[in-house]
Amino acid sequence: MPPETTSAPAQDVIHNIGYRNYSGARLGRSYARRSLFSQSLRGAYGLGRSAKSKVLPMILFGVMCLPAAIMVAVTVATKLNKLPVEYTRYAIIMQVVIGLFLAAQAPQSVSRDLRFRTVPLYFSRPIERVDYVTAKFAAMVSALFLLTATPLLILYVGALLAKLDFADQTKGFAQGLVSVALLSLLFAGIGLVVAALTPRRGFGVAAVIGVLTISYGVVTTIQSIAFQRDSFDAIGWMGLFSPITLIDGVQTAFLSASTAFPEGHGPSTAAGYVYLLVLLALIAGSYGLLMRRYRKVGL
Amino acid sequence: MYNATVARLTYRGLLGRRRAFILFGLPALLLTVSAVVRVLVGADDGTASSVLGGLALATMVPLIGVVAGTGAIGPEIDDGSVVYLLSKPVKRPTIIFTKLIVAIGVTVVFSAVPTLIAGFILNGNSQQIAVAYAAAAAAASVAYSAVFLLLGTVTRHAVVAGLVYALVWESLFGSLVPGARTLSVQQWALALAQRIGADGAISSDVGLPLALVLLAGVTAGATWFAGRKLRSLTLAGEE
Repeated sequence: MPPETTSAPAQDVIHNIGYRNYSGARLGRSYARRSLFSQSLRGAYGLGRSAKSKVLPMILFGVMCLPAAIMVAVTVATKLNKLPVEYTRYAIIMQVVIGLFLAAQAPQSVSRDLRFRTVPLYFSRPIERVDYVTAKFAAMVSALFLLTATPLLILYVGALLAKLDFADQTKGFAQGLVSVALLSLLFAGIGLVVAALTPRRGFGVAAVIGVLTISYGVVTTIQSIAFQRDSFDAIGWMGLFSPITLIDGVQTAFLSASTAFPEGHGPSTAAGYVYLLVLLALIAGSYGLLMRRYRKVGL
Repeated sequence: MYNATVARLTYRGLLGRRRAFILFGLPALLLTVSAVVRVLVGADDGTASSVLGGLALATMVPLIGVVAGTGAIGPEIDDGSVVYLLSKPVKRPTIIFTKLIVAIGVTVVFSAVPTLIAGFILNGNSQQIAVAYAAAAAAASVAYSAVFLLLGTVTRHAVVAGLVYALVWESLFGSLVPGARTLSVQQWALALAQRIGADGAISSDVGLPLALVLLAGVTAGATWFAGRKLRSLTLAGEE
């Protein structure tokens, strides 16, 4: 026995090769959940990943904020008495950018865990299924909220700098924030559910964008046909069938937004409750589907 | 130039398991929408044109093109199994050409054929609209497949890059900046449709000769460049 070994080896091991037990603090389940959340949120913007994977989210973030900055500049320079675009309308106009961000980042968040079989490793930690799903969901929602709320903040600060009416602008800004919060919840849910179906990142990206653009394309095509036929009720109801028009309908009914539907034929307040119900059902449903998806996974 | 084994592998990679869902889903949706529109509105040439032009040619063909074009080679490069293919005594241009043929076949079957059927459902091919849009979808399929196959060999984010081209360049810039339309596969294909369809039924911003030259040039150029790219392919690790 070498002289530097002070204590005698335990009797029940054949070779003591010097492994030590971990005796520090165990940080537990909530710490692991927080770590997973912050890591996923940072990952959505490419932070903590390679320089190449920062390019796309940062460009999309810039593209999202640039029109807001330009609008503020125009408002200040030409002394307009209101912003060129409503707070609630901004996300509707920029929906392609939001869709691309979601399509690029939702599969990044969940597909890679499936493909490299790291999900079983997560579940060998103290976290449970509900922690994983909540953390991923919350991270995606926060990433989308950052993307959609930052330009609104730019507009708001710019509007105050241009000395527009404070009460008016604050009300509009608050309504805009509620609307983009709902949009973030809905989009994150849809994106994650679709992305969690496939371990292939590429197919995930195409599937997410497919769900968003195809449903929007179908809805707008039918809406414009309905408009030509003067069936304005149909225009209002068709909006239920695509995510962005659903948000549009809800904010038209409850957040005093002007709709982007053809010629402003948005849903009535009664229809607005149906919109809100469908919206909440979709958010809850996508959470439920994610929980179901991860009941048996990996191995 | 054509290798049956490579074709079989590519075909299975594209349509195997659940991947085919997105490919079957889109045409099914188009046919459903056409049927609903026909029942609600009746046969109308303007409506048929807006459904086929707005939904089929502008949204469905690029999406299927992205899935088929990048899906023909992207996943293999992504998971590294392309080395086993490249280490076989098969010429790299042959591999690209075979994959292109398969991608074109899949895109045509899943986009041009449903477009034709949808056209017949919508207005029974009056003013040759169904045939015109189907021909345009087929021509666009060829060019999209070649371009997106090239993207698949160039970047790991081929699907995103392809979607940015299809959605941002063709739809967004195309509707805002008239000049962007000259450089859009969709408009080149529409030029073909304009020629086939009855006078005034379909319009395009590009003349037919220029459109055909550009379509052929882009397809050939992209295929050649993809072959070159595959000769010097470096496999990077997952970032």
